[in-house]
Amino acid sequence: MSLDKATVARVATLARIKLPDADLEKMAGELQIIMAWIEQLGEVDTSDVAPMSSVVAHVLSQRVDQVTDGGYADAVTRNAADRIQLGDGAFFVVPKVIE
Amino acid sequence: MSAPTTLTDLTIAAARKGLAARDFTARELAAAHLAAMERHKDLNAYIVATPDQALAMAEASDVRLATGKAGALEGIPLGIKDLFCTKDVQTTAASRILEGFRPPYESTVSQNLWDAGAVMLGKTNLDEFAMGSSNMTSAFGGVKNPWKRRGDDRDLVPGGSSGGSAAAVAARIAMGATATDTGGSIRQPAAFCGVVGIKPTYGRCSRWGIVAFASSLDQAGPIARDVRDTAILLRAMAGHDPKDSTSVPRPVPDYEAALGRSLKGLRFGIPREYRLDGLSPEIQRLWDQGIAWLRDAGAEPVEISLPHTKYALPAYYIVAPAEASSNLARYDGVRFGLRVPGNSIEELYEHSRAAGFGAEVRRRILIGTYVLSAGYYDAYYLKAQKVRALIARDFEQAYQSCDVILTPTAPSAAFAMGEKMDDPVAMYLNDVFTVTVNLAGLPGISVPAGLSQDGLPLGLQLIGRAFDEETLFAVSHVLEGAAGFAARPGA
Repeated sequence: MSLDKATVARVATLARIKLPDADLEKMAGELQIIMAWIEQLGEVDTSDVAPMSSVVAHVLSQRVDQVTDGGYADAVTRNAADRIQLGDGAFFVVPKVIE
Repeated sequence: MSAPTTLTDLTIAAARKGLAARDFTARELAAAHLAAMERHKDLNAYIVATPDQALAMAEASDVRLATGKAGALEGIPLGIKDLFCTKDVQTTAASRILEGFRPPYESTVSQNLWDAGAVMLGKTNLDEFAMGSSNMTSAFGGVKNPWKRRGDDRDLVPGGSSGGSAAAVAARIAMGATATDTGGSIRQPAAFCGVVGIKPTYGRCSRWGIVAFASSLDQAGPIARDVRDTAILLRAMAGHDPKDSTSVPRPVPDYEAALGRSLKGLRFGIPREYRLDGLSPEIQRLWDQGIAWLRDAGAEPVEISLPHTKYALPAYYIVAPAEASSNLARYDGVRFGLRVPGNSIEELYEHSRAAGFGAEVRRRILIGTYVLSAGYYDAYYLKAQKVRALIARDFEQAYQSCDVILTPTAPSAAFAMGEKMDDPVAMYLNDVFTVTVNLAGLPGISVPAGLSQDGLPLGLQLIGRAFDEETLFAVSHVLEGAAGFAARPGA
């Protein structure tokens, strides 16, 4: 496995982080060092091991499926860079998405 | 009446007594700390100071103290790591992308502290999104460790990610502080700054309102100047919270009551795999000294094996970035934080995230995105989760022959600002003794136990069984007593 410039560019697009072409080489080098170090996990025999996604042993609690919170659009949108108040509603504003 | 400089030297336990006896007021205590914060501004331990709020909270504490309604932490001034959301007070995670963000809500852990009467001094500095071991990745600048090497004036790092919290407590500009630990971020800075820090069992403290880094590993805990103060703070911070489904519904014990418990018959494990090749002789000496102290107290050392230790850091550097890449997807320039315009919404996302995230955060998001991307999920993420299961199993097996585990906290003392910055893997190795504990979800505490040859604090770590923080407090209290660690920075 090698992390070349093209792979880094693809991953950066997936992550929605703009990387200038000039930075791709350096980033590929840094990531390659880290990934090469991670490769040592290949030495571990995990053929009979179930993956561990949580260390919490207890069963997650359940509650009634009902609305328990909300009704303060103003507070929710207060930190937005661009917002608009229309009637009783507060909205986030983004560049036009639909042509 | 004590002079202001002495008020900042008090432990939380002593301040609690002094406040109850009305030897001084909560307002005087807060004012003394605010003045000390002003004098130590050069440390950069706080991103934001909240003097008006501190004095108002202290005045309210004085009223409750006078009317017999004092809480467990009434009038105690604390620093809050700037990863905990605080209502209407800027919360940044030390990232440009959150600069100016004022949460409309309060994190559960900080709310628990205010409910107990504590006073907020400000928001402490950290590595950006808690990703780092030096505090150097903060968008608001590094934090200076109040300690210096003997005869060497170079500024040292306080460790990370909770570097501001540890430095503030060591420099006496907070009596205690909140912190979080994903791979060692409470224990390593506590060790570097000569203070006590505990990462409790995963699920002990609510994560609600804490800016998420790696959700299956993140856990909040306190940093304070001695074991008793840490026990007092954890009791107030911990507890079940319906708003965090991973917080565990178990009663919170009176941790302070565990101090003074006898260690007769207790078995403490010494993991063979932690005796790394090239481990510094002074760290090895400190560890041997710790073994002797516990033996003198009637406990019995047992050699144990944690065979997958070597693989903990590489597994962590898959699991943590994977979870981080998902958690940090929310910073898109739309709902909060920095926005950099673009011609389309995709461009807006890409520009905002490029400008808002620092180098280390970008690196980890890219690693996380890569290991989760199509075709690599099984090879990396699933593999790491399996290795994680083996690491947890190592501990389960070890606890069949011991009650607690003793190790060094970090492989070195604090290093200079700017060191280890060129090689990310060298920086990651700081967490070699602490990261296993996060992967297994166990509690771990660091206590200052001695000084390095050049006069810097070194810490010993105790690792406990899940939800057995009481044993950690009991044993670390004995270590603390035996070490008699009285050195302080700038002395």
